Formats: sequence, structure tokens, C-alpha cells
Amino acid sequence: MSDLITPILMPKWGLSMREGTLAAWHVEEGTEISPGDEIMDVETDKIANVVEAADGGLLRRRVGQAGEVYPVRALLGVLAPAEVSDAEVDAYVDAFEMPQVEEDEDSGPAHDYADLPIGRIRYTTREGEGVPILLIHGFGGDLDNWLFNIDALAEKAPVHALDLPGHGQSVKAVDNPGLGTMVDAVVQLMDHLNIEKAHLVGHSMGGLVSGQVAIDHPGRVASLTLICSAGLGEEINSGYIDGFVGAASRKELKPVLKDLFADQSLVSRAMVDDLLKYKRLDGVQGFLEALRGNLFVAGRQAAGIVAGLAGFSGPVQVIWGAGDAVIPQAHANAIPGASVTVIEGAGHMVQMEGSSRVNDLIRDQI
Amino acid sequence: MARTLSMKDAINEALDQEMTRDPTVIMMGEDIVGGAGAAGEDDAWGGVLGVSKGLYHKHPKQMIDTPLSESAYVGAAIGAATCGLRPVAELMFIDFMGVCLDQIYNQAAKFRYMFGGKAETPVVIRAMCGAGFRAAAQHSQMLTPIFTHIPGLKVVCPSNAYDTKGLLIQAIRDNDPVIFLEHKNLYASECDVPEEPYAIPFGEANIAREGSNVTIVTYGLMVPNSLAAAETLKKEGIDVEVIDLRTLSPIDMDTVIESVENTGRLVCVDEANPRCSIASDVSASVAQEAFKALKAPIAMVTAPHAPVPFSPALEDLYIPSPDRIAAAVRKTMGA
Repeated sequence: MSDLITPILMPKWGLSMREGTLAAWHVEEGTEISPGDEIMDVETDKIANVVEAADGGLLRRRVGQAGEVYPVRALLGVLAPAEVSDAEVDAYVDAFEMPQVEEDEDSGPAHDYADLPIGRIRYTTREGEGVPILLIHGFGGDLDNWLFNIDALAEKAPVHALDLPGHGQSVKAVDNPGLGTMVDAVVQLMDHLNIEKAHLVGHSMGGLVSGQVAIDHPGRVASLTLICSAGLGEEINSGYIDGFVGAASRKELKPVLKDLFADQSLVSRAMVDDLLKYKRLDGVQGFLEALRGNLFVAGRQAAGIVAGLAGFSGPVQVIWGAGDAVIPQAHANAIPGASVTVIEGAGHMVQMEGSSRVNDLIRDQI
Repeated sequence: MARTLSMKDAINEALDQEMTRDPTVIMMGEDIVGGAGAAGEDDAWGGVLGVSKGLYHKHPKQMIDTPLSESAYVGAAIGAATCGLRPVAELMFIDFMGVCLDQIYNQAAKFRYMFGGKAETPVVIRAMCGAGFRAAAQHSQMLTPIFTHIPGLKVVCPSNAYDTKGLLIQAIRDNDPVIFLEHKNLYASECDVPEEPYAIPFGEANIAREGSNVTIVTYGLMVPNSLAAAETLKKEGIDVEVIDLRTLSPIDMDTVIESVENTGRLVCVDEANPRCSIASDVSASVAQEAFKALKAPIAMVTAPHAPVPFSPALEDLYIPSPDRIAAAVRKTMGA
């Protein structure tokens, strides 16, 4: 009967996650769960998020206790149809052995590096069938901005996420970085991965990059999802951009990052520390200053994609957080014919704060 | 990319990357080149514990082996620094600084001040520090307070491999003399370290653990010991914040004061001897600046006012242990 039993495990968000706190259950024992249902809240030292069910079924047992810390892949709950007896569920729980978590590569999908004409680019891949999804982060971000999306999207298609040049663990030494640099990196990575055509999903500056790829190479873009995107209007919270570029310490950076979230308590010490570690890598400061100089001139966005996208025939959807404090929500309606969704209770990082809605919207589009 | 690296390898990588980036960065020390070309293993020893192993063949013109004469080569390094090089002098043990103290505290530390800001001395003096290595009283001291006392010197004592790489790169790029102290019992400790070079600014403490009941202020090997104590105390319902000072001069008292204003309780943990120590210095500053925030007397956990014993049993008792730290925290909590 144990092949009828499906475990609910502590998720693993990113390479560095070792354990998480099961903050709360959202479902009672005896509930029929569908894939994608919000079943519990999990917190790590970096971030908190709601966990969606990966599998459907009847929740027979809540093994994990709210408030307790569990290692990644620990058994938190048991799904099984009613014909499985309680004794069999008990036996399954007792016999459950945590899948071994290795310290390095085996601890989750690893990152890869591609040596491209533009330089070394880091990316990560989830295998799957069909036209791939390519996730493109924003200014100062990296591929971990998609922690809560990448595995959920992989149920529908192969997924790749990259660190743009100057970001994350990709090349920092780039002359006069601008929009063209970013577009080149995306197209070169697609070539490297033998991706003829992809669904591009871009957040913030990554939305601008996605749109520009669609304008320059329309044959290689199957659809566009623009999330709190740059390039759809002139206004931008230049206080955020300047604050992010200028911050040299935890104390300076933390208040700036609060602009990113509707729930500002999500800005954890570990999140601030990780961004400081990035900003302190050789070459990053100069890169960010140069990129700001090219993309955000005198507090306005210098580049736009609205006019250019008039010639793009693929589906375009725009997703915005209602509480976005970086780019005005009014920009969401800039593209004629695009479907627009505004998500309440989420800020600029809507793909994190509203991850289940965003994942649904992207899966529906492709 | 980030990967796990030991503190010893993080030092090696920082030296390698800085010597590659800047040809004026040089290394001077005992046995850092010695062994090169000898029969058998065709490599330099890389110093007494092999920290700079593998660097000589990459940077043969930037590494100088010295006689066993700290007063000579530390003086030479300081002189070279005033003339445009960025030397990193390696002393085996901080305990040997005594023989070259004039060069350090009466020369290097004073040049910028006495020459009206016209002289810079970008020298780094690296040395192993600390007890627990069964190396007896003359090779085991935690002499951080002596150097912290002297204006004109910057003093660094990291607790993990990530900080070590970033602080050593900062030390090399800094235009003032830096005493860089590496706890020998942390050389093997590992954590994630980016491959790319990066610099961590001086004077910024790291909050190694957030907590709301008690603030522990510490540095070096006492950081892992304090974190172990905090883990024990968590099970008793005591929520401990652990502040790793990272640099002792300059010192980040802002972070300490802010934390004590939040918790109301302070335990200073210092492997140095107690009189005129980092622990007593932090205690005095908090008593002066945040007295009204304190709900209990400040506690100090330090080595005793005695040399480091050679007896392993006594040496283990000498070093502040997680148990002693936890006991001090409980006392501060009134338990």
C-alpha cells in the first residue's frame, strides 16, 4: 500500500538552505489537497514563504509541528487515500528515512557556468519537456530571486534562470554595461543551451531585458511575462536605485530593501548580509554605478519597450504587486492588448510575495 | 562561485589574488620560500603551517624568505611600505612580536601622525594567535589588547573563513599598518567563500546570531564557543545575540550599543587575559554609553590572569568554554 502514500517534505529553497521552521499549517488532517494549494508557512533564516502542495491527496497526518525546526527533506506530512489504514500510515512515518542530503552538488539542483563571448555566466536548470522558460532577474538581483518559482514552473516546462552580467556569480568585468549587455547575455546563453525559442519571464530590469530580446529577436521569444517591469514608463523610485547602489553597510542597506516588499518584515538580516556580500565583490560597485548611469538617467528610466513591442506577435502578460514602491503600478497598463494582473498584498518582489499566483499565471500562459 | 573553504585556504587565496592584482604586494616571512627546489616535494613550505603553500612558484618575485630575525624583517617590511610597496610580513606567532615591537608601535604606528599625514605605511603583519594548540605559554597568547591599545594600528581577528578572506584583502589594500591575527585553532574551520576577491570594510561588526535576551560581544575563536553556548541556552528559553567584532581597532561600538539597548544584558567573552582586555574595554564603553539600558551587571568571561599552561588539562580549563560562557549568561539572566 505504501505506493499510495505520498510524503510532504520540508522544501529546499536554494543551495544554502539546510533547515527550515514549519511556522504554521494551513490545512487540517482529513482535508483533500490539490497540487498548488497553500498548505503551510515555512521560514528560513533568509526568507519566509507559503508552501504549495506539490502533490494532491488526502492529508492523513501532520507529522511536523508548528514552530519546530526541521532539516531539508524531513517528513512533515503524509498524503494517502482513505483505503490506506492508520496503521499503515504510522508504519510509513516510523520507517521514513530522510533522503540523504549531501554537502555539495547532491544537495539540490546545482548551478552551472557557461563561458560565453560576454564572459562567464552562472545559470541553473530544471529539466522538463517543451519550450523552456527563461527567468531574468532585476537590478541588483540574481537567480535566487526565483526561489519560489523555479520548481513550481518546472512542472510544466524546462526552466532556466541566469545571473545577468555584473550580478550574482556572473562576470563582473564588463565595459560600459547597459541594456545591450544584458540582451547579449540572454541570447548568448540561449545559444549555448541550444534553446531556439523560450518563454521569457522578466522581473523589473529583467522585464526590460526580456522585452528588448523580443524586439531584437522576435523569432526566439514564445511569450513574455513582465513582472513589475522596467521599460514601461519613465517614472522609477530613484531613491531605491540610489540607495541600493550607495549603501555600504547593513545599516544603510536594510531600509532601502524595505522598498522591495509589501511585508517589510521579510527583509531579514541574512538577506541584507547576502546582498552586502554581493556588493562587496570586486567590480560590482563600479558595474552598478555604470549600469545605473545608462539605464536610469536623472531619476528617470532611459529605455522603453512599449513602442517596440507593438511588432511582437506572441502573448504578453504583465503582473504587478499592488504595493510596488519601486516602479509605479500604473505602468502595468502600458502595453495595448497585454493581459494584466495586479496582485494585492505584494510589493515589487511579487514573484516572491505572491509566488503561488505568479506561478499559476505563468503556467497558464505557456 | 561560492564553495566551502577553510580559513587557512582563505588566507592563501586572498594573498594569491592580491599578489596577482597588484605587483607591489609582496610577502616576507620565515620558511615561506624555504623548501623550494629541495629533493622530494618540489615546493616551498609556505610558512610554519603551510598557509602560503603553492604561492611561491606563482609569485617568485613577490615572496622573500627571511632569517629568523623578526626585528630585521618587520622593520624592512615597514620601511618598504613607506617607499611604495604593500608588504605582508608573516610572523609565526604573535608571541614573537615582542622582539620587533619598536618597529611596530613606535615607528609604523606613528609615521602618518608625525609626518603630518604625508607618510603612509600600508603594511600588514600577519601572525597566529590563541591557545588550545598544546604549544605552551610562549606560543599561545591572545595579545589583541596590546595592539588595540596603540593608536595608529588597525587590529583584525576574524572568526571564520569568509571574513578572513575579505578582511585580509581589505588589510592589504588599507594604507595604514594592520595587525592581522589568525587563531590557529580556526585554520581548519570551513564555510562558504566566494572565489572572487572581495573586501570587508574595517569597523563593522557581524551579528553572528540574532537574539533578544542577552548580548554576547566577542571575536576570534570565542565566536564559535559563544554560538555553541547560545545553542545550549536556546533550549533553556534564553535567546542570545552574538556579536563578532571582527576588527578590534577600529571597533564597531554602534552595533554593540544598539544590541545592548535592545537586550539590556551584556556578556563580554575574550580569550585574552582579563586586565585591560577587549572585554574590559567593551564593558567600560557600554557602562558609559548605555548604562540606563542595562538590566543586570555586565559579565566578563576571559582567560585567567595567568600564562597559558602547557598541561593539556589545564589549558582546556584556561580557554573560555561554551559551558563557562553559558553559565555567565544564566547569571546575567538571574538564573
